Amino acid sequence: MIAPDTAVLGPFIEFGFMRSALFGCVALSLSAAPVGVFLMLRRMSLMGDAMAHAILPGAAIGYLLFGLSLAAMTVGGIIAGLAVAIGSGLVARNTLIREDTSLAAFYLLSLSLGVLIVSVRGNSVDLLHVLFGTVLALDTAALALLWGITGVTVATLLVIRRPLILDCLDPDFLRQVSGLGALAHYGFLALLVINLVAGFHALGTLMAVGIMVLPAAAARFWVRRVGPLIGAATTIALLASVAGLLVSYHADWPTSPVIVLGLGLVYLLSMVFAPRGVLRQRSVRRSHLRA
Amino acid sequence: MNLHRRLHTLAAIASLGALAFSPPGHAQITPPVKAVASFSILGDLVRQVGGERVEVDTLVGPGADAHVFQPAPSHARKVGQAQVVFANGLGFEGWMQRLLETAGFKGKPVVVSEGIKPLRAEGDKHHHSGKNPARSEHHHGDTDPHAWQAVPNVITYIGNISKGLCAADAAGCDLYRKNAAAYTTQLQALDAEIKAAWAVVPPAQRKLITSHDAFGYYAKAYGVMFLAAQGVSTDSEASAKGVAQLVRQIKKEQIKALFVESVADPRLIEQIGRETGIKPAGALYSDALTDASGPASTYLAMMRANTQAMTRAVQGK
Repeated sequence: MIAPDTAVLGPFIEFGFMRSALFGCVALSLSAAPVGVFLMLRRMSLMGDAMAHAILPGAAIGYLLFGLSLAAMTVGGIIAGLAVAIGSGLVARNTLIREDTSLAAFYLLSLSLGVLIVSVRGNSVDLLHVLFGTVLALDTAALALLWGITGVTVATLLVIRRPLILDCLDPDFLRQVSGLGALAHYGFLALLVINLVAGFHALGTLMAVGIMVLPAAAARFWVRRVGPLIGAATTIALLASVAGLLVSYHADWPTSPVIVLGLGLVYLLSMVFAPRGVLRQRSVRRSHLRA
Repeated sequence: MNLHRRLHTLAAIASLGALAFSPPGHAQITPPVKAVASFSILGDLVRQVGGERVEVDTLVGPGADAHVFQPAPSHARKVGQAQVVFANGLGFEGWMQRLLETAGFKGKPVVVSEGIKPLRAEGDKHHHSGKNPARSEHHHGDTDPHAWQAVPNVITYIGNISKGLCAADAAGCDLYRKNAAAYTTQLQALDAEIKAAWAVVPPAQRKLITSHDAFGYYAKAYGVMFLAAQGVSTDSEASAKGVAQLVRQIKKEQIKALFVESVADPRLIEQIGRETGIKPAGALYSDALTDASGPASTYLAMMRANTQAMTRAVQGK
């Protein structure tokens, strides 16, 4: 029988790659979870998924030109993500196509281009490297990038939080009183893109959105106001990713899916048992009826 | 004008056709013997013995994997036209018998490993868990077929090849024997060279981790220990436990050389290198040659490249 503290702390003490993975997960939780809260409040959770796929061709071009280079794949991913975000925004504002359709069109273009590039020039093993993450392989440069993105995200959110919240709640009002709406909108899209690129390095294209959307969705069942939502989402992301690392270590399961499944589990449990979840809501309603 | 041009075009096409079908001006001596070798390493050896007199075709070309080879109609045609077919034997070419029958090849293939004492396949317990259908074809039964990884075995191969060519083309027999003798001298020099390269490495340091199980004969001939990589494979995404196992193994066995080039993600291998303080080494060539521009374009070059990579890596260079 292993002592509980050895089971939890042991892997991180013994192995540097586990410590790197932990630092990476902490950075990602502090940065992606708050972005996810605003994504949810703006009803753009699915847009996160679309944008995650939109990053692929940029990262693929970077990969083909410079190999598995952190800088090349980051810059490529950011350029592709911003191009899709801005392009679909412009189309939505200036043509009869709505935002959701234009985003879908742009991200599908981007995704198919990415798959084409990787398949023609690389091989399928390469494609898997790009799609699946490597939280176990984070090196110093990747960690520096993740923490840099976290710093930029937190600072930007602090600066634009008022117009951002207002834009979530009443975009028409904000548009009437000031020109900050567009700034908040595009600033937020930029944050979304750099966080997806960070998640892409740590968890892979497919899983990057998980650490963004799921903590926010779970937190919604616990608290209501924006501040507490951000706090709860970040805490949930932190706990689930640490638990995911440990489960992957002890059960011999691949890390990224375990982390995202852990977040999914928290979401399902919150939906049932949290103060604003299914069970409590029902009992509250019943007591109303009785009274 | 238009008709004129068309006639010109027609004439040009006709002359082109005539060029293509006419026999080459200065008659090239066509090699009298057509031989087929099952894989690229064996093809090189047959070429060394046959010289100009033998036209050698290989079924599994450079860089391809004989374990998962699927014969195509073109391969059957090559075999059907061949006068002599060379196979490694020891269960390496499980597809060979069926291919010979399909192709209507009369006579028996020359099994070049005849006379070699086979090793038992030790890699089986680590590698062939049968999870992956492609991998389970890599099952050779109980014997390890990679006998060419020890140079003395290849000297036996050369003797068998020379005999086989003599049986197919008695007129060239003198030439084949002369070529075989000359190549055997080169092989003996190579054997001595490999032994000398390992002699400078203390026996305790002569161990390395590889994801191949093809080096049993090499290990025995040159006194090197090959350990299978634990915990990480090409088949699935790595878990934290798998990486931890490999790191522990490297530390416990005090390994300096890690040849796991086929493991899924190069970034992961680099991470393991950082964790354990060793530099991941490059590729080892086990079952196939590279094409002419690569570092292992012939058998001799392949053995030299492998030996150099291994001796450098175990000494931490």
